[in-house]
Amino acid sequence: MTNLFNYIDRPSPIHRLTGASKLVCLIAWSVAAMTSFYTPLLVALTVAALVLFRVAKLRAKDISFMLGIMIVYIALNNVLIFLFSPNHGTELYGSRTVLIPLPGRYDITAEQLFYHLNVILKNACTIPIVLLFICTTNPSEFAASLNRIGVSYRVSYAVALALRYIPDVQREYHDISLAQQARGTEMSKKASLINRLKAASSILIPLILSSMDRIETISNAMELRGFGKEKKRTWYSARPFSKADIAGMVVCLLLVVLSLLLTYLNGGRYYNPFMK
Amino acid sequence: MKKFSVKTIVAIGIGAALFFVLGRFVAIPSPVPNTSISVQYGLLAFLSVVYGPLAGALVGLIGHTLIDFSNGWGIWWSWIIASGVFGLLMGLAAKVLKMNEAEIGKKGLIKFNIAQVVCHLVCWMVIAPVLDVYMMGEPWDKLIAQGLMSGIANAVTTAIVGSLLCVAYAATKTKAGSLTKE
Repeated sequence: MTNLFNYIDRPSPIHRLTGASKLVCLIAWSVAAMTSFYTPLLVALTVAALVLFRVAKLRAKDISFMLGIMIVYIALNNVLIFLFSPNHGTELYGSRTVLIPLPGRYDITAEQLFYHLNVILKNACTIPIVLLFICTTNPSEFAASLNRIGVSYRVSYAVALALRYIPDVQREYHDISLAQQARGTEMSKKASLINRLKAASSILIPLILSSMDRIETISNAMELRGFGKEKKRTWYSARPFSKADIAGMVVCLLLVVLSLLLTYLNGGRYYNPFMK
Repeated sequence: MKKFSVKTIVAIGIGAALFFVLGRFVAIPSPVPNTSISVQYGLLAFLSVVYGPLAGALVGLIGHTLIDFSNGWGIWWSWIIASGVFGLLMGLAAKVLKMNEAEIGKKGLIKFNIAQVVCHLVCWMVIAPVLDVYMMGEPWDKLIAQGLMSGIANAVTTAIVGSLLCVAYAATKTKAGSLTKE
């Protein structure tokens, strides 16, 4: 439970960056990777992401579980894309080079394979950065970082509350679940889907109604302490920006510019090696 | 920006925590890969009706982001945004249809369910696929299949879980004019 968000405390240059600058970098990086289908840029971003992993001193062992989920996810996604649209690549790149003829519309074409490569690269250059952010940012610094990048402190505080109360809600869920099981509610795989949904409801209702009471209690306590009276708020875990923070943010924002520039120069989002 | 009341802020925080716990630990796998039947949308619909559109939108956004953070399959902004929009639309629908969570009768339940089905269709069949096509460049057919599957599954679980919650919550509230003069 203590490590639900997979934070790994280890001294490294990436860990020393403030949460706020890492958040800016994460968002900029995602935007750069999402807007572009320029293959060389995606390859470069993927390589850079792997290098950053080394810099953060993360080992394959730390993230093997998440890596497993990620590989299964990417594989399923690609199988699904191929099943539904085996000719998507042909449509995108405007040519058709059949490599292996197969019955029906399921010919394997070079264009389709290239398109799949792009999809995989797109995942491969964003997911590691997300993992990096999760593994190197202390959850309690997260709310302070949101406030730092301009989110109103009331909303940031809601995020902090969510992080604070997840363990409590989880414990309560577990307690209610045990109580209902003691009363004979079946929710293992043996029960049918409908019965499992019903069983879930018999836990949800007490859980949510007691949470509504909790909302009352907490908001009264906060109101008594004068929450929301001032325009600003300080955060215990906030840290000032260092030079490395500023450098990191500038590099990541330049990536966004580069990605947009390449799309513009390329005359479209798709890098097309098939066009003569 | 409109100032939130302290109660709304707390409701967003606790709501997102509930959304997270339900989504992370109570997910029931569905036949279509990468898509699970999630009971948390029943909760989201209910909270949006009680606390309004902005609270609903933020519960969806924060809760879904935390789920993606914790699962390690990357952050899927398109689906996170769709969750937020669902909360927003449900909250707006509750205002427009004048749903009153303290006195939800048969009529209220019908309104609630029509609203939630429409909102789910808009979110999973329009918003999530359109954003995915634009951001990830994935083919339409596949996204529509995923969207249809999760849209229907979410609408069904919302119909069961959300309606039950509304009825149970209404039962705990004192109704207007419930006192009679002796």
